[in-house]
Amino acid sequence: MSTTDPCEKCEQMLQPYLDRELSVVEVGEAEQHLNACEYCRRRYRFEESLRRYVRLTASERMPPGLLDKIKELRGQPEGI
Amino acid sequence: MGEAEAEAGRRAATEARDRIRFEEDALEFADQVYRVARRLVSSREEAEDLVQDTYARAFRSWRSFTPGTNMRAWLLRILTNLNLDRGRKVQRTPDLQPLEEGDYYLANKLAASSGEQELEHDRVVERLSQDGVVNALSALPHDFRDVVVLVDIGEFSYADAAQILDVPIGTVMSRLHRGRRILKHTLAEESLG
Repeated sequence: MSTTDPCEKCEQMLQPYLDRELSVVEVGEAEQHLNACEYCRRRYRFEESLRRYVRLTASERMPPGLLDKIKELRGQPEGI
Repeated sequence: MGEAEAEAGRRAATEARDRIRFEEDALEFADQVYRVARRLVSSREEAEDLVQDTYARAFRSWRSFTPGTNMRAWLLRILTNLNLDRGRKVQRTPDLQPLEEGDYYLANKLAASSGEQELEHDRVVERLSQDGVVNALSALPHDFRDVVVLVDIGEFSYADAAQILDVPIGTVMSRLHRGRRILKHTLAEESLG
């Protein structure tokens, strides 16, 4: 695998970039490439909307009634 | 009443207040805890049970929570441990067959199938069905699913996920990376055949 291909490098930074886990220097590096490269820019945008979509579609609210059941668990004797 | 008794009474009152505050704080996270639980197990009933077991344990062992630390992560740590205890170890370590596709795999597939320009629109992800996303998540091997669900649904940082699952942060990163690739591979297969 060649590491000199800038798009490949950019692809490797995609995940930590969107997770906001890159260092400031790396963010600068990624954004410099993204500003110049439409191919990667589109893929980053796609990935960002995919993340949002996964979070939205796979995130299910707590069913009604569960909170009351949980509340009844309060005040039990202590210990593990 | 003697001085010692009065002191003991005051201490008991303070403890009772601390405990009630702890319980109220913990209840605030119930919905967020459920959202993660729901994607870690296969049915709604299981998720409800798991959340109730988590809270039962949390309420009983409230003293082991350190005030000022991340309570949501603390609750999720109890939950993931309980989930492990529930005999989900039946699954063997997933076989790590090579997965050659890169991170752009799904985007490239969709771009190729519909014309590159369409990737500009957010709508392109909506071609992936809601059921498809849920199924693809539940098809992930457990170790990968835990991390993907904690980070992508629970919105935990890598560091929090590492703490919750009691694994090194490098393990979180590699499982997350691989888990998402598997997810995208599954989604590509489902949506494009």
